[in-house]
Amino acid sequence: MSGAQPADPVAAAVARAFRDERTIVLATLIRQAGDFQLAEDAVQDAFEAAVTAWRRDGVPANPGAWITTAARRRAIDRLRRDRSVADRAERLAELMRLDDQHEEEPSMEDESSIVDDRLRLIFTCCHPALDMSARVALTLRALGGMTTGEIARAFLVAEPTMGKRIVRAKRKIADAHIPYRVPADEELPDRLRGVLRVVYLIFNEGYAATGGDRLVREELCDEAIRLGELLSVLMPDDAEVWGLSALMLLHDARRAARVDSSGRYVALDAQDRSLWDQNRIRDGLANLERAVRLRRPGEYQLQAAITALQIEAPDAEATDWAQIAELYGALARLNPSPVVELNRAVAVGLADGPAAGLALVEPLLADSTLERYQPLHAAHAELLSRAGDTAGAAHAYERAIALSANAVERAELERRLGALR
Amino acid sequence: MSQYMFLVYQDEVDPSEQAEREAELPVFVEFFRSLREAGLLVGVQRLRSVESATSLRVREGETEITDGPFAVTKEILAGYFILDCDDLDEALKHAARFPGARYGTVEVRPVMAPDEWVRVARQAGADVPDEAEKDLA
Repeated sequence: MSGAQPADPVAAAVARAFRDERTIVLATLIRQAGDFQLAEDAVQDAFEAAVTAWRRDGVPANPGAWITTAARRRAIDRLRRDRSVADRAERLAELMRLDDQHEEEPSMEDESSIVDDRLRLIFTCCHPALDMSARVALTLRALGGMTTGEIARAFLVAEPTMGKRIVRAKRKIADAHIPYRVPADEELPDRLRGVLRVVYLIFNEGYAATGGDRLVREELCDEAIRLGELLSVLMPDDAEVWGLSALMLLHDARRAARVDSSGRYVALDAQDRSLWDQNRIRDGLANLERAVRLRRPGEYQLQAAITALQIEAPDAEATDWAQIAELYGALARLNPSPVVELNRAVAVGLADGPAAGLALVEPLLADSTLERYQPLHAAHAELLSRAGDTAGAAHAYERAIALSANAVERAELERRLGALR
Repeated sequence: MSQYMFLVYQDEVDPSEQAEREAELPVFVEFFRSLREAGLLVGVQRLRSVESATSLRVREGETEITDGPFAVTKEILAGYFILDCDDLDEALKHAARFPGARYGTVEVRPVMAPDEWVRVARQAGADVPDEAEKDLA
C-alpha cells in the first residue's frame, strides 16, 4: 500500500490511516488477542472493510478508533471460527470484554500503553531466536507496513519465498512462546543492540544494495529511517538510538549525489554537494547532538560523528581526516573489526599519505576472512594508485571487480581501472 | 507455563578432556538441584556414548537396523532435560546457565502438550477419545 497514489478521498483516508495507525492498532491487538498471525489478519480485514464502509458512510471522525474496533471484531470473528487455537475461550472472553468496554468511547488506550505495545512489537520482531532474514522481514511488515511483495522485491527474492519466511517466523513466535514484552532491564541493552542491528541492516541493504542493478533502494532507506525515528520517540534516553538515527539520516542526505544521471556511482570526493539534502543533514546533526549529550559514546554515534565531519567540511581536501582516523580508532577499541580497521586505514591514508595507509592495509590483506571483501581490494587499489604503483593498483582493482555483485559499483571500479592506464 | 526440552549436543573429545568434564559433575548437580527446588525440573537424563546407539526403521514392511546414530555429526546428542518455563526467554536463560553450554550446544525445543497433540489429530480427522491425552503424557 505504501507506494500507491490514491485518487479519491476515501482511498486517501484509508492510506493515511494505514500509514499512521496500522502499527499502533496491530501492536495493541497482538497483545490483546495473544496471537501475531490472528491480529495481523484481523487488522488486514479491518482495512479492507474500511474501504467499503467509509465509501458508504463517510470517513469517520477518528479513523484510528474505527480501525481499532473493526480489527478487534474481526479478531473475535476469526477466533469463533478457528477451533484450533489453544486458549480460545480465554482470548475470546478478553476481546469481548474489551469490545463492551469500548462501546461508548471507542477511542484510545492511554499513551504509555501505546508506547509499550509498539516496543513489545519491535522486540518480538527482532527476537534473537528468529533467523536474521525473518527479523528483517517481520519488522518491515509489522512496523514498516510494507507488504510481503514489496519486501520480497526489495530483497530480490521470490514473493512466495518471502511469504513462507514470514509465516514460519510467526509460527515460531507462537509455538516457542516468544514473549510479547519489553525485555527486563538486565537484558534490555543486549536486546536493544539487536534491534538497532536489524534497523541498520535494513538501511544498509537499501543504501548499498548488495545485488541488482540499482545502487540504492530508497524504499528500504526510508523505512529504516522511519523505524529509527520511531525508536527515538519510544526510547529517548538511549544514546545509540539517537546515534543510529543520526547516522542513517546523514548517510541518506547524500543519496541523490551518490549516483549520477546515467546511474553511475559517484565517490564521496567527487559528489556534487549541492545535491545533498539539507533537511536530512539538519535532522541528522540534531540527532547526533542529542546522542552526544547523553554522554555514552557507542558505535553508531561514533560513525555518525565521522559522517558529520565529512559532510561539514567544505570539500574533500578540507576534511579533517586526522580526526576521522581518531574516531575510527575509538570505534575499533569499542568494537574491534577488520572493516573498521580498513576504514581507519583509508582515513590515515588521506591524513598522512598513502604509505601510512598501506602500512595499515597490509595486515588486513593477510586476513583470510577478508579475502572476498570487495571494499578492501578497492581501497588497496586506491592507495597503491596514489602511491604510484600502477601495476599493483590494476591488479587490486581487478580483484575488487571480480568480487562486486552490484552492477553500478562494478562499473565505477572498471572506470577507475581504466583511468590507471 | 510451557514445557521445553533442552537437547544437549557435545563433541566427543579425547579421554583426558572427557575426564575434566566428568570431574565437573558437582556443577551440573548444583544446576539441576536449583531447578528442582524452583519446581521447574520435569526430568533430566544423560545418554551413553553414541557408539552404543542403534537406529531402526521399517520400510515396505522390512525392518532395517543400523549400528550408530540417526545422523553422523560432529556434535552428538549427549543427553536432555525438560523444564517448565513461562516463555522462550526464560528457557534460553536456563540454557545459558547450563554448565555444558560452555563446550556444547543446547537445542531448545518447545514440547507439544498432549491436549494439543490430540486437537491436531482431531483436526486432521482422527477419532480420538479424551482419555488418549493420559496415554500421551
